[in-house]
Amino acid sequence: MCHQTVSLVARVLEAGGISTVTFTNARDIAASAGLPRQIFLNYPLGNPAGRPHDAENQREVLRAGLTLLEQATAPAIVDLPYRWSQSTEWMEKFMTDEQPFLTDEAEQARQEVIAKAKAQKRQMEGK
Amino acid sequence: MDYIRYIDRTHEYYRSQGYEKSYEYAHNEDIPFTPLRKPLAECRVTLVSTANFVLLDSDGNAMEALGVMGTKELDVHTCPSDWAVERIMSTSQDHDRYQTDMEDVNAFFPITRMREFLADGTFGSLSRDFYRTLPNYSARKTTEVDGPEILRRCLADGVDVALLTPV
Repeated sequence: MCHQTVSLVARVLEAGGISTVTFTNARDIAASAGLPRQIFLNYPLGNPAGRPHDAENQREVLRAGLTLLEQATAPAIVDLPYRWSQSTEWMEKFMTDEQPFLTDEAEQARQEVIAKAKAQKRQMEGK
Repeated sequence: MDYIRYIDRTHEYYRSQGYEKSYEYAHNEDIPFTPLRKPLAECRVTLVSTANFVLLDSDGNAMEALGVMGTKELDVHTCPSDWAVERIMSTSQDHDRYQTDMEDVNAFFPITRMREFLADGTFGSLSRDFYRTLPNYSARKTTEVDGPEILRRCLADGVDVALLTPV
């Protein structure tokens, strides 16, 4: 969902005269939404701007986006060559019974976060 | 190239959970395009993300309520572009938690990298604020409410270029 939301925001900015480049981990969702410039990084969701704790990889990813900004004359997708790991196991397991997107615990934690945020908001509004 | 087809996988997931209808992702054939009008070194650049995080005060306490995904109200939040990265704490539920822990903020909200590009002259300037919104199932809400508000604030701040990172 994050990729759709960001892609739609990028479209609004672009239509409003701001040049955009979006760094993605979910190529298909962004492409379907109609993204002006996409830098696709085939890493697990949560790492659109490069590998954690690897500043040089992050710089390379972002620089690829800046190059696209400078060179593109029409909507474009660039597939970066970096791999998350030697194995493709993470791709096979994501969102399966073995590795559901949210565990029961995570779903419960999510509900608690929502309830807490709502209570906090009510409290802030009550002030 | 081998990569996850998230749309197909979402549909499979919904089916396996017993839902008859899956989520329908936005599909647009027309794509707006604004060419870069001047050198990046003269551009004012912003960062926009769906990363769910909270800003911390100097004692490490959260300064804001946790974001709730899918809200019907305006969902545009800021992070000053000169904010200390140590005072950002991820509250994401939307990453692949088997692979990554969201401890390194710069992997999804590259605030330190943005300042590096400012310092080395790659960018002319950074916007006063960077922007946050949360994932929303309603494409219409994003397109008609949150997106235009981010655009309005960016134009008011003289932004030329936006880098975007979905989480």
